[in-house]
Amino acid sequence: MTAHRTRAATAPGRTPTSLTQGTQDGLTKGGIGESTLRPDGILKVTGEFAYSSDLWHEDMLWGYTLRSTVAHARIASIDTAEALATSGVYAVLTYDDLPTEVKHYGLEIRDTPVLAHGKVRHHGEPVALVAADHPETARRAAAKIRVVYEELPIVTDEASATGPDAVLVHEHRDDHHSGHVPHPNIVHRQPIVRGDAAAAAARADVIVTGDYVFGMQDQAFLGPESGLAVPAEDGGVDLYVATQWLHSDLRQIAPVLGLPEKKVRMTLSGVGGAFGGREDLSMQIHGCLLALRTGKPVKIVYNRFESFFGHVHRHPARLHYEHGATRDGRLTHVKCRIVLDGGAYASASPAVVGNAASLSIGPYVVEDVDIEAVALYTNNPPCGAMRGFGAVQACFAYEAQMDKVAAELGLDPVEFRQINAMEQGTVMPTGQVVDSPAPVAELLRRVKSRPLPPERQWETTEGADVRALPGGLSNTTHGEGVVRGVGYAVGIKNVGFSEGFDDYSTARVRMEVINGEPVATVHTAMAEVGQGGVTVHAQIARSELGVTQVTIQPADTQVGSAGSTSASRQTYMTGGAVKNTCEAVREKVLDIGRRKFGTYHPAWATAELLLEAGKVVTDGGEALADLADVLEGEAVELELEFRHRPTQAFDLRTGQGNGHVQYSFAAHRAVVEVDTELGLVKVVELACAQDVGKALNPLSVVGQIQGGTTQGLGVAVMEEIIVDPVTAKVRNPSFTDYLIPTILDTPTIPVDVLELADEHAPYGLRGIGEAPTLSSTPAVLAAIRQATGLELNRTPVRPEHLTGS
Amino acid sequence: MRVTFTVNGRRQEADDVWEGESLLYVLRERMGLPGSKNACEQGECGSCTVRLDGVPVCSCLVAAGQAEGREVVTVEGLAGEDGRLSTVQQAFVDAGAVQCGFCTPGLLVAADELLERNPEPTDGDIREALSGNLCRCTGYEKILDAVRLAAARTGEAV
Repeated sequence: MTAHRTRAATAPGRTPTSLTQGTQDGLTKGGIGESTLRPDGILKVTGEFAYSSDLWHEDMLWGYTLRSTVAHARIASIDTAEALATSGVYAVLTYDDLPTEVKHYGLEIRDTPVLAHGKVRHHGEPVALVAADHPETARRAAAKIRVVYEELPIVTDEASATGPDAVLVHEHRDDHHSGHVPHPNIVHRQPIVRGDAAAAAARADVIVTGDYVFGMQDQAFLGPESGLAVPAEDGGVDLYVATQWLHSDLRQIAPVLGLPEKKVRMTLSGVGGAFGGREDLSMQIHGCLLALRTGKPVKIVYNRFESFFGHVHRHPARLHYEHGATRDGRLTHVKCRIVLDGGAYASASPAVVGNAASLSIGPYVVEDVDIEAVALYTNNPPCGAMRGFGAVQACFAYEAQMDKVAAELGLDPVEFRQINAMEQGTVMPTGQVVDSPAPVAELLRRVKSRPLPPERQWETTEGADVRALPGGLSNTTHGEGVVRGVGYAVGIKNVGFSEGFDDYSTARVRMEVINGEPVATVHTAMAEVGQGGVTVHAQIARSELGVTQVTIQPADTQVGSAGSTSASRQTYMTGGAVKNTCEAVREKVLDIGRRKFGTYHPAWATAELLLEAGKVVTDGGEALADLADVLEGEAVELELEFRHRPTQAFDLRTGQGNGHVQYSFAAHRAVVEVDTELGLVKVVELACAQDVGKALNPLSVVGQIQGGTTQGLGVAVMEEIIVDPVTAKVRNPSFTDYLIPTILDTPTIPVDVLELADEHAPYGLRGIGEAPTLSSTPAVLAAIRQATGLELNRTPVRPEHLTGS
Repeated sequence: MRVTFTVNGRRQEADDVWEGESLLYVLRERMGLPGSKNACEQGECGSCTVRLDGVPVCSCLVAAGQAEGREVVTVEGLAGEDGRLSTVQQAFVDAGAVQCGFCTPGLLVAADELLERNPEPTDGDIREALSGNLCRCTGYEKILDAVRLAAARTGEAV
């Protein structure tokens, strides 16, 4: 392979650009509540949008990561000589080459080695790095690195990880959870005890128990982990990367490099989806290490195979539930135990445990509960954040239980849920009072009242359209053996970072006159991962500042932290920060107006003043001045932080505490058709109703709900990372073997959006991204159960579970 | 080796190409056309879809040498010379079919080819034609809307 240091003259190095957008037709205001179009939409449909894998720099090298081929082993030796001697190779790095004493990173617990030291704890753990002038050269050189592994026993589940002779995944824990966990292979344990579940059980007319299994789901974002690290003349590094939280990355990267944070300048590149999988670091430190070692720009791009090892997954879980109810359909108590497999490193496991425990009984009124959630350390792949974050696994189980109890009582499953549905004022198991709308019964009513899709839609005058049947184009049935089922589910998700975390976001807003027109510039570090935050920021600036033209600066670390694009929080938090800062900018602009023009009209001093359509107007609608005149020769710029209401940690013994910021609710009705002979499922329709508080951009809101719904469908019927129980090796790291829904697998998804304002949130909005991912899965499972009469206590459902073969 | 082929109507040449390089790699890394995407490099996701002599292919599965002397159309070739978006590009923007956008270039090339051979596709036709293109963000509903919209606008214009 020959190096290629230049490329076609049409191809300058690509870096992220600012996005400037006016209004589409000059008539609409382009403010909040309108379905304005994405400011990055045109770049994305022309192929010009600079994703992190598109970056290019003259003279750049390609980095490659050698990963462990076994799950748990002592590393006896690493011989890099032959790799280093390969023509075209510029550097080979191992643990011994790390430049400082800081050799680990992690979101909450710094337990993850930058490169393996003496031991690997899971299949695919990074062991060595190569930089070369061609990606294939780097791959081949890495294959010449000789690593001698001495395999160790593995722990893969609760029994093996906490048994009497269990091998410890981390032998010398001293993190802040290590003191209160019952075993060193338990990352974190959160009980929640409220009321007296045992006494309440004595009042129950029926008691239903169940054991459930939730498979390991992958975020499967399409844009692979990638980035470009460019060494700088000041000894620092410029890092262009796809991530969910620039400042969290920075805090973890800089100490390993031995650089002050200001010398690690990060810029967000185009992000091809995230869904939690970019909350942990992937190539960030590796790329910087290679760039600083070689003095050359280094690009790293994972392929799909490596991507399955390059990020954490959704925790697989085992869940045990006991529900009791009286004959009139009221829940008496819930006992549950949720065991999440965190894999080899902690990642976000502690927070996932907190969510799973605190949201474990669902959106229902239950006064007597006995709850426990734990996350394990095992030698399985590390698990952490994925859309729904602990609430997804619980929802699958508690909604299955709700159907079982309803059946036991002879009640309609929707009616039974409505009898027990929480509402504003309900007390959570944590003791927290839900102090904003919680329209659980109404959401269920809405999905239930929707007309059902017609039966046998595959029948046409020309015979069966197999595309509408289970098995689809495989042409496995023309309707024979196909039965229909309908199922319902509803879920509850928290919004924002919980349990006392100081969760804030920062926005810098500038207002000035350019070419005679007032324009606003918004600069935040918010990671736009596809959700449409950039669209919403421009809308907020227009609404608050009365401008048309808004420029969104690229997200980078030259402005304060925006927090993570996760936990359904960015419209609330960075949207809130933009709103807040715009309001402060507006006051400054009005001060300038009063100074310049105050003497011309008494309303400057007496009226409530707004900025609308490029003018300063009174609340009565009278125009006082053009913004262009007010701002002529002056610019106003402010950078401010925004915080949500403080939360509290959960008590480690009782789980009590006002731990969450806001709750978000969605309900689904699934209609499925099942080929009972072959065990194939066709989801015919997956209707959703969700309360969004206030839809800042209705088009984007519906898109988020449909996308989240589809990820829930995926883990209901196809998506699962298969980890070999004997070797703890991943068996299906490809899109050939790990299936995500195609357009043929995905049904119509009608969406009913409810807008009940939360008075505590900016514009009354509710974070929306995750809730639809919760109830989608149990609704599909319920529909399959209704169609087949099978119990189906695990997800995803595979054909053999339906045919018994 | 040297490869020479036509991309979006322009003759392009790349030198020192290793025989194992894919058409996708040469387009992205040697010809400065990174619009075609690298989501899986396994021929499963369709994000790298281009047209090779008019036929939609996964460019990650085509060796660069196989494109020698042939015509390639990528997402960068869909808009008009004046930069005006094509009907299907505009429809994707208008319908909200773009979120993260990583699947978009491949979907656009596939949808463009569908509408060329079938100007009035049914929903079943659209789903079948786009079934080789994975999208993780949208749940496909807005993509269906976009293709329907593009078909309707093309119909009106005729």
